Amino acid sequence: MAPEPLIGRAVPRVEDERLLWGRGRYVDDIHPEGCLEAAFLRSPLAHARVIRVDVTGALGAPGVVAAFDGAQAAALAGPLVFDMARIVPEPVRRSVDPLVRVQPMPSLPTERVTYVGQPVAMVIAESRYLAEDALQLIDVEYEDLPVVVDPELALEPDAPLLEPEWGDNVAIAFNFRKGDPDGAFANAHVTIEERFRSHRYMAAPIETRGVVASVDPFDSRLTVWASSQTPHLMRDFLAGALGYAPDRLRVVAPDVGGGFGMKGSIYPEDVLVALAARELRRPVKWVEDRAEDLASSTHGREQVHQIELAAGADGRILALRDDVVHNSGAFTTLGLVVPYNSFTHLLGPYDIESVDIRMRAVLTNTGVTAPFRGAGRPETVFAVERAIDRLARELGVDPAELRERNMVRADQMPYATGLVYRDGADQVYDSGDYPGLLRKARETVDAGELRAQSTDERRIGVGYAAYTEGTGVGPFESARVRVEPGGHVVVSYGGASQGQGHRTTLAQITADALGVRFEDVEVRGGDSGEIPQGFGTIASRTLVLAGNAIAEAAAEVRERAARIAAEMLEISPDDLELADGAFSPKGSPGTKLPLGDVAGFLSPFNPARPKGEPAELAAGSIYRPSSVTYAAGVHVAVVAVDVATGMVELLRYAVAHDCGRVVNPTIADGQIAGGVMQGIGGALYEELVYDDAGQLVTGSFLDYLLPTASETPELRLAHMDVPSPLNPLGVKGLGEGGAIGPPAAIANAVEDALLDLGVVVREGPFGPSRVRDLIREAATAGRDKVNTVGS
Amino acid sequence: MKPAPFAYHAPDQLDEVLALLGDHDHEVRLLAGGQSLVPMMNFRLAAPEVLVDLRRVEALRHVRRTDEGELAIGAGVRQSTLLREPLVTEGWPLLTEGARHIGHPQVRSRGTVCGSLAHHDPTAELPALAVALDARMVIASSTGTRELPADEFFLSYYTVALEPGEMLLEVRFPQCTPHAGWSFKEVARRRGDFALVGVAALVESGDDGEVSSARLVLCGVGERPFRALDAEQAVVAGASFEEAGRLVSAAVQPTGSIHASAEYRRECAGVLAGRALAEAWERAGRG
Amino acid sequence: MAELDIRLTLNGEERSASVEPRLLLSDFIRHSLRLTGTHVGCEHGVCGACTVLVDGQPQRSCLMFAVQVDGASVETIEGVAPEGELGPVQQAFHEAHGMQCGFCTPGFIMSLTALLRESPGASDDEILDSLSGHLCRCTGYVNIIEAAHLARARMNGGA
Repeated sequence: MAPEPLIGRAVPRVEDERLLWGRGRYVDDIHPEGCLEAAFLRSPLAHARVIRVDVTGALGAPGVVAAFDGAQAAALAGPLVFDMARIVPEPVRRSVDPLVRVQPMPSLPTERVTYVGQPVAMVIAESRYLAEDALQLIDVEYEDLPVVVDPELALEPDAPLLEPEWGDNVAIAFNFRKGDPDGAFANAHVTIEERFRSHRYMAAPIETRGVVASVDPFDSRLTVWASSQTPHLMRDFLAGALGYAPDRLRVVAPDVGGGFGMKGSIYPEDVLVALAARELRRPVKWVEDRAEDLASSTHGREQVHQIELAAGADGRILALRDDVVHNSGAFTTLGLVVPYNSFTHLLGPYDIESVDIRMRAVLTNTGVTAPFRGAGRPETVFAVERAIDRLARELGVDPAELRERNMVRADQMPYATGLVYRDGADQVYDSGDYPGLLRKARETVDAGELRAQSTDERRIGVGYAAYTEGTGVGPFESARVRVEPGGHVVVSYGGASQGQGHRTTLAQITADALGVRFEDVEVRGGDSGEIPQGFGTIASRTLVLAGNAIAEAAAEVRERAARIAAEMLEISPDDLELADGAFSPKGSPGTKLPLGDVAGFLSPFNPARPKGEPAELAAGSIYRPSSVTYAAGVHVAVVAVDVATGMVELLRYAVAHDCGRVVNPTIADGQIAGGVMQGIGGALYEELVYDDAGQLVTGSFLDYLLPTASETPELRLAHMDVPSPLNPLGVKGLGEGGAIGPPAAIANAVEDALLDLGVVVREGPFGPSRVRDLIREAATAGRDKVNTVGS
Repeated sequence: MKPAPFAYHAPDQLDEVLALLGDHDHEVRLLAGGQSLVPMMNFRLAAPEVLVDLRRVEALRHVRRTDEGELAIGAGVRQSTLLREPLVTEGWPLLTEGARHIGHPQVRSRGTVCGSLAHHDPTAELPALAVALDARMVIASSTGTRELPADEFFLSYYTVALEPGEMLLEVRFPQCTPHAGWSFKEVARRRGDFALVGVAALVESGDDGEVSSARLVLCGVGERPFRALDAEQAVVAGASFEEAGRLVSAAVQPTGSIHASAEYRRECAGVLAGRALAEAWERAGRG
Repeated sequence: MAELDIRLTLNGEERSASVEPRLLLSDFIRHSLRLTGTHVGCEHGVCGACTVLVDGQPQRSCLMFAVQVDGASVETIEGVAPEGELGPVQQAFHEAHGMQCGFCTPGFIMSLTALLRESPGASDDEILDSLSGHLCRCTGYVNIIEAAHLARARMNGGA
């Protein structure tokens, strides 16, 4: 009798107890004996030559042990070189032949600063308080350079250059065409052209970044604890930068207080703190404060689309043209990643024959942009979904209806878009029912009763956003499953958790794959010392990649254990069943041989141990996916707009989601809800604002506004999960999807509410002042139109 | 973000506080609730050399009705008191309503009424409420006390009429007319945020059933609480509340910020003024 | 600056220490007393992760100096329930999946514990007001609100 599978069950999390007791161990909780603390002097200017950095004043301050300027840092370690970012798979090169420029980043600059918040000098002292005191004694002389903040201005011929040798500020550029876009636009029944801008915002996890580095005084091994999503990548990077053999350097991501992509990058502070620990032969810690986080942790979302759609009389979209300008900030540390994601998610769930896309990612004197929950998808979906609504208005068709007409149908799966994905594979939507998701979303939101409450003063609007999401991107993830003689199962994986509940969900997968009890499984990750290879937890990949690696490794362990158990019981392996961690012969469920005993049988002390068998009952696996597997979603926002004050109230928000086979429904919904709220934050409250001098105006939580519990709408989640045919578990990634829809859905809803007033929405966030601007502008335009008509 | 060093005193007598405040050789600040001061210190935007903590001074903790029927609130009284103390909730409901918009329980249980008044963020609710309710500010120094009407106390952004060595000892609110109607309306980005625009309104009706007096004070529309005299007079002369709102819009001269443009604040001031007057009138039993 | 002696009750125990006036209460709790369950997220009084109870009231410990709790009673997440047990608010967070990374969680629990101790029958709006003094980036708050309601039901006579 097979036990009920763990996969699919809402198993309560194993992570919670110690965290609830306050026994979490986040980076700042780690304080080796004698640990020093670092503080960074950061550039107050967006673009300037560094004439002189004089740290001698700091060296004399109480409690200060060392101070480093750019020259000293450069003598100890080279600049940060992002080699991986330069790699362009051959099929991508053939398809779009991209220009990819990735410049090295100095750990501390010697020549120029290019964004406000860039670290310029480092002080190491006995406490953070004393280190900050000492920062004020550092003397830096700058020579102003002209500043450019807007990416479109950065493309102008006379724009200030961040990399003078380049001759321009273009870091990434590529074009793509398929079909006959010019012909389609020429012959279309209707075309629309619009300019949409996705504004800049960021992850802002409640735990900021942090790193503790310690060199073992006895064997000189370096251990780094970092609030990181990618400890193995950090290990590889630091090994290269500091000249360590990878096995003499260990990076541990302990408990991490949220990451959302932002903690998947390597930063100058990571290298500098490790460097300081080695030079000073004392542990060194740096914890980012919130002002530093807002200025110098990676940002996201800023993109401008000049987008056109051509459609037939029946509303079928014949062609899409888009000229996209993406703001990279001062450096492109990850190369193609985000702009290319925007490209490959532009067509979304729609069947569009002709396409003409131009993508440019531009350097500006602003914070570095990098993946942040959605990583290029939310901004592209904002443009496309807004464009579709505009097309719907032009055609006089209901926006949801227009979407359904254009969606790839379930019977068209697998559907090739003609684009090449970032991993080099042809982009093929493997599974999903997009029209089904749309219908489900409409049903779930049940907007009719809310719409009926609309009045002239308080107008109700409904907005949709549909998207596809490539999840589970490679190149690989690693896992190892080991059974201990007592029956305890230890699973090591190369990813890391920042709250996604891996220790629970991966244990569920293990329990089913291995045939053991959930309680007997312990999952360990986030540690390059735990398993030698790994890639990390980003890009909605852990369930897909680590999950399948674990399942494979578990299957191998199971097979090997069955062989040994069969020997022990002197029967054929085919006559054995494994359930709840014990073998029993088929037909004799009473006879149990615990898996732990099988593991113990392999002990080298056992004279009867099978010859040639390794001492451990364990197996490792590297899982490399063929390509991404497609999750998808349709979001619907219902808003009430107070026309006189511009206040937008989010009444209800519905999500119909396809995340493949669900491992833990509660955890899955928690991920979606969290993503949705970050998306709502971006749509209504959060904006990183730079002034023309490149000063970050929103430098604290007093101005960078995160939503609170009072800003949550009624949230309705519905699932229409189609298992992925691309991996044995049938899972798809789901960490990011929630964040992809809200900016578009809410923008569409606000415009829908104010349509009769002539409002067209092109850019968020939709705070009351901006909404009133829209209403006022529409009223003025309306009056002008009337006046022109009359004259 | 760690604060710069300072010397700390927590005296238990008021005259010690005033003596410490009178030290003109050092930058001395008072620490009451700390909800405004400490963030500034953590950012090192403020770096007082001496911090005088009021927490031990029992003489500052009073909330009482004076012989003249005024509500007297001492410098040590927390904002949460405005929501809980029956003397306030029953006798000065406008104050309670405004206080509901201040931050969150964690802020109100620590932040003080007088601290917020002396800090004078012009988007904060309490300064506007003080002007609306015709409060009197009792100011003390080591040489004595003086009083100032609220309207003369608030000068500009984060600037009040306190000389070096002076502190806001107490704020006094005159007795409210029993059948006066009141209202407080605010637009904020999120619950508990500082107001983008806020309006406090008081109206009274005469024997003829018409508005006999009106008081309209706004926050968020300039460097100090704005008293809309034109609109008040118009309403008493029989103008509609919408018309009063238009007069408010015409009179204010706000500055814009990233959260709300000047044009928005101007518009919103008029909208909220109209709504606040209407609600106040309803409460006066004549709506 | 010279250190000052302070004495306080922390989670029911008498503690004394010598501290610099500018030492923030959050740093005192975390680094001097080594109780790291209270977390720091912003140091300007917005995120609420540093919330502890001072004389029963929820306060942002990043906006207080250690010297200000001389003579006071302070309660942190470590003291909310007896060793090895989960109090009703903690239990509710677990059951309602009200936490993911756990970083903001202790702060929420302290505020809710204070509220529900004082008013076990607190209204939905009072609960929302208390929760809104905290930021969470993982959960989207939906399950936190549910956890709060669950805790209220249990603390309000097990209704």
